[in-house]
Amino acid sequence: MRKWLAVIFLILLGFFMAKITSSFPFGKEKWGVSKHYVDRGIEENRGSNLVTSIVVNYRGFDTLGEVTVLFLAATALAFLLSTCRCRRRYERREASLIVKTASETLYPLLILFGAYIFIHGHLTPGGGFQGGTVIASAVMLMLLAHFTFHPNHRALSTVEGLAGITFVLIGFAGLIWGGSFLANNIIPLGQWNRLFSAGVIPLIYVAVGFKVGSELSGLITDMINTTKEE
Amino acid sequence: MAFFVASILLILIGLYAVLVKRNIMKIVIGLSLMDTGVNVLIISLGFIRGRTAPIVNIKDLLVNTSSKVVDPLPQALVLTAIVIGVAVTAVALSIVMLMYSKKKTLEIEEYKELKW
Repeated sequence: MRKWLAVIFLILLGFFMAKITSSFPFGKEKWGVSKHYVDRGIEENRGSNLVTSIVVNYRGFDTLGEVTVLFLAATALAFLLSTCRCRRRYERREASLIVKTASETLYPLLILFGAYIFIHGHLTPGGGFQGGTVIASAVMLMLLAHFTFHPNHRALSTVEGLAGITFVLIGFAGLIWGGSFLANNIIPLGQWNRLFSAGVIPLIYVAVGFKVGSELSGLITDMINTTKEE
Repeated sequence: MAFFVASILLILIGLYAVLVKRNIMKIVIGLSLMDTGVNVLIISLGFIRGRTAPIVNIKDLLVNTSSKVVDPLPQALVLTAIVIGVAVTAVALSIVMLMYSKKKTLEIEEYKELKW
């Protein structure tokens, strides 16, 4: 009964959603405010990757809020899991030699790759969030392969806090010397398509990379390590 | 057009799982599917046929950029949405862990305390 009600509701919802989306032309130009971002983005920010220049500069305040939401989620998760007396039903088994050796070899390389992704966030597809996620995946690989591996929690939260403060301070520097919060005219913009270009965008994205990397690493560590043997 | 249909189907499948399934893990998977569907829908709204990615790394793209690249704004919005989706999934999974540690079951029918 409940199932059929849900199906009828979903059919109605799907009909209305199809009706709304069919009024948008697929694959045609629908420029709004982003026409300005695309046409004048290089001139104003010098960042080759236009998505980065939108995320960090034009909508930088939104990204600050997003980083805050991520921080809030990590805090809520740590709080919820600290009240949990979670027990495992199974015994954790030592991983095989191949997995352990391979994960030890891959761990520094994955961290290096993550750092590469967030340092080149203004030039190539990628950026702070993506690079941070790659770093967190390296930590997760180590946690799954070695259960004696414990990332230093205090160091992770220090890095996270410092990175978050850096983001806010760059924003305030823009407010003081540039005229608006997160303004991109406090340091020279540099030449187009060079590593040292785009003003404060790479600085902010490196801070975001550190923050997301340490935050997600801490989150994964919390989730894996709170379950104890029965 | 196929992208619109696929994303609406993904959203509806996710909503179906949330409404009908009794297992909490399946409900969380449904939430995640809905999230993915919305992301695909937003990305496909910004797609323009025959254009390249909005990364201006060759000289040719520098002049008259808006006639050569797709709309970067939906991609930036989806970047935000993906990160928020990860946060939501993590919090939902930790709540599931907490619930499981109390009652040792994942069936939502067993949790009657909050019903009125």
